[in-house]
Amino acid sequence: MGNFAQRHPFWATVIAAAVAIALWLIFAVWPGWLVDLIGSKKLFLNALFNGITLGALYFLVASGFTLIFGLMRNVNLAHGSLYLFGGYIGYEFANWTGYWLLAFPAAFIIVALLGVLMQLFVFQRMEGQELRQTLVTIGISIVFADLLLWIWGGDFYNIGLPSWLSGPMDTFLITGVSRRTGEFLFLKYPMVRIVIFAASVVVGIAMWLLLNRTRIGMIIRAGVDDRDMLAATGVRIQLVFAGVFAFGAGLAGVAGVVGGSFQSLAPGEDIRFLLASLVVVIVGGMGSIPGAALGALIIGTAEQFGSVYFPTYAVVLTFIIMVAVLAFRPQGLLGRA
Amino acid sequence: MANVDTQTRGLSSPSWIERIPAYYYFIGIILIAMPVFAGDFVLFQIFGWTFILGIISLSLMFLAGYGGMVSLAQMTFAGLAGYLVAIFGNSAIDTISQGWPWYVAIPLAILIAVLFGTIVGWLAVRTEGIYTIMITLAVASAFFYFTRQNYVVFNGFSGFNGVLPPELFGIDWRHPVAFYYLTLFWALAAYFSVVYLSRAPFGLALQGVRDNARRMAALGYNVTAHRVAAYSFAALLAAIGGILLTWQSAQISPGTAGIGPAIDILVIAVIGGLRHPIGPFIGAFIYVLLKTFAIDVLISLGLSGERFQLLIGLGFLVIVFWSPDGILGLWQRLQDSRGRDPLTGRGRRGV
Repeated sequence: MGNFAQRHPFWATVIAAAVAIALWLIFAVWPGWLVDLIGSKKLFLNALFNGITLGALYFLVASGFTLIFGLMRNVNLAHGSLYLFGGYIGYEFANWTGYWLLAFPAAFIIVALLGVLMQLFVFQRMEGQELRQTLVTIGISIVFADLLLWIWGGDFYNIGLPSWLSGPMDTFLITGVSRRTGEFLFLKYPMVRIVIFAASVVVGIAMWLLLNRTRIGMIIRAGVDDRDMLAATGVRIQLVFAGVFAFGAGLAGVAGVVGGSFQSLAPGEDIRFLLASLVVVIVGGMGSIPGAALGALIIGTAEQFGSVYFPTYAVVLTFIIMVAVLAFRPQGLLGRA
Repeated sequence: MANVDTQTRGLSSPSWIERIPAYYYFIGIILIAMPVFAGDFVLFQIFGWTFILGIISLSLMFLAGYGGMVSLAQMTFAGLAGYLVAIFGNSAIDTISQGWPWYVAIPLAILIAVLFGTIVGWLAVRTEGIYTIMITLAVASAFFYFTRQNYVVFNGFSGFNGVLPPELFGIDWRHPVAFYYLTLFWALAAYFSVVYLSRAPFGLALQGVRDNARRMAALGYNVTAHRVAAYSFAALLAAIGGILLTWQSAQISPGTAGIGPAIDILVIAVIGGLRHPIGPFIGAFIYVLLKTFAIDVLISLGLSGERFQLLIGLGFLVIVFWSPDGILGLWQRLQDSRGRDPLTGRGRRGV
């Protein structure tokens, strides 16, 4: 960090100022003129937290996508279908067993198995032919979307939450001062979103540790750098590929359960989340897990702030961010050139 | 196939008419005489739609086949041109439509669409391979969401209806026979312009850039300029197709240029084959036949007619799996195997 400040004193100042302003906006009691200018603090805080939790969900989807791309150079455009499939599986399991938590391992295992099948029967057969692989995944996503529509229909599904997760939770953040009593008012926020955010932070840190502190992670990182050389050292690369594909697909399945719990599942969500993960990894940098986290955070908050402060063009805002990143830093914010 | 060359070279050979392959005459006569034996539905819905989708897919084939850049934004350029014709010209939404005469509205629409295509191309050529697919896909979806949200210019979710072609020469161009010839004309124009361009210096340089960009740069060619120019030309083709498409259905809405149609264009081009400009038209013909009749076939087989997407997706998968060059690739393989000596396995005709 000190190195960065020394090399880019201007940008370091700008970033520090932005962080300071953001912290002040979050923690201070807003003066009247600010409320008149951009609306109440409660609105702002809600948009911020909704953005962060949405970013957490995007991270879960996009990290699998970027992991698969980083290792296998394979753009899996069926990733959104895996997300939706995982959500439906989770819904069925949660309904069948009555335990919400059981939906997660079920979705992970079943979608991961599907990922292994895809790797074995599709991608292994056309290794190195990137365009063909991409076209095949488009075909798979068309077929999958229709199969899912066939089985589950066009209705909206919502995975029911257990009682300990539903309802709001008090936080320590002040939204304003009560006019009658003069006491501080505190923000109430849905419990489930906070849990989901915490869970994705845990997943992110676990992935980082796995990649940077274990032997398997070392093999995967070596594979990202030079696949052929890794294979030449005697690592059974196909096994690693299948494992990483299973893990990435499984993450998409888990994200489907998460998305089905605090949003809803319906046909079309697959394309929405595929696009979201595309934009996230383009902004953050292809193949980089920290990049996926940063991109997900930016896109999630931009989407929520957009929908609060200029609702008409909220969706377009994310694409403007993407175009700006592409124009000035084509490899993504944290991507390697 | 060499008729462009022969036409330009003219009478230096004994008879340039003889040098045009026979099947060109055969197909040409069938296409021109089609209204004699085909009904209105076939002319308007099957062939009109085939030519339109063929033109838009041809723009993708040009980019992908000769430039090595797979763009999913071609339907977006088409959709933009269609929208602009509705905005500048006449439509049922007269609060937005300007009602300018066609000779202003249509060139302006095409010009703006080409400009937009050039800008997107300039952005897309900063990336390569699969990145290009993703960026153009993102552009396509941004356009879709933008038109769906914008009510001031693009009239939001419902779009424009009542967008009719101008009554030029006193002909109703939406009459099936007139529309058939209109689309046929533009399809032929697009086809021959791509064939011509692929052999012109620009097209050859573009193919050189596709095969080895670094070597072409070392030879002094401006790689980026060639790629961006390819996008501009492809956007021109797509814009023509988009205007015809708008006239055919007499309406344009965000769904016309959505993510599904954008992927359909890619499916059409790949099914037909990316090697030769005729591929997109073959692909479009198959797609239109499937889209029109698959529901009846599925219902007669006892399946639900909604499974059309499944059929298209499976067909696409089969093609990509077994013949990456599409139907044209299958044809090529058949030719090769017919010309092969069964004993030696080598080509008889020096293939």
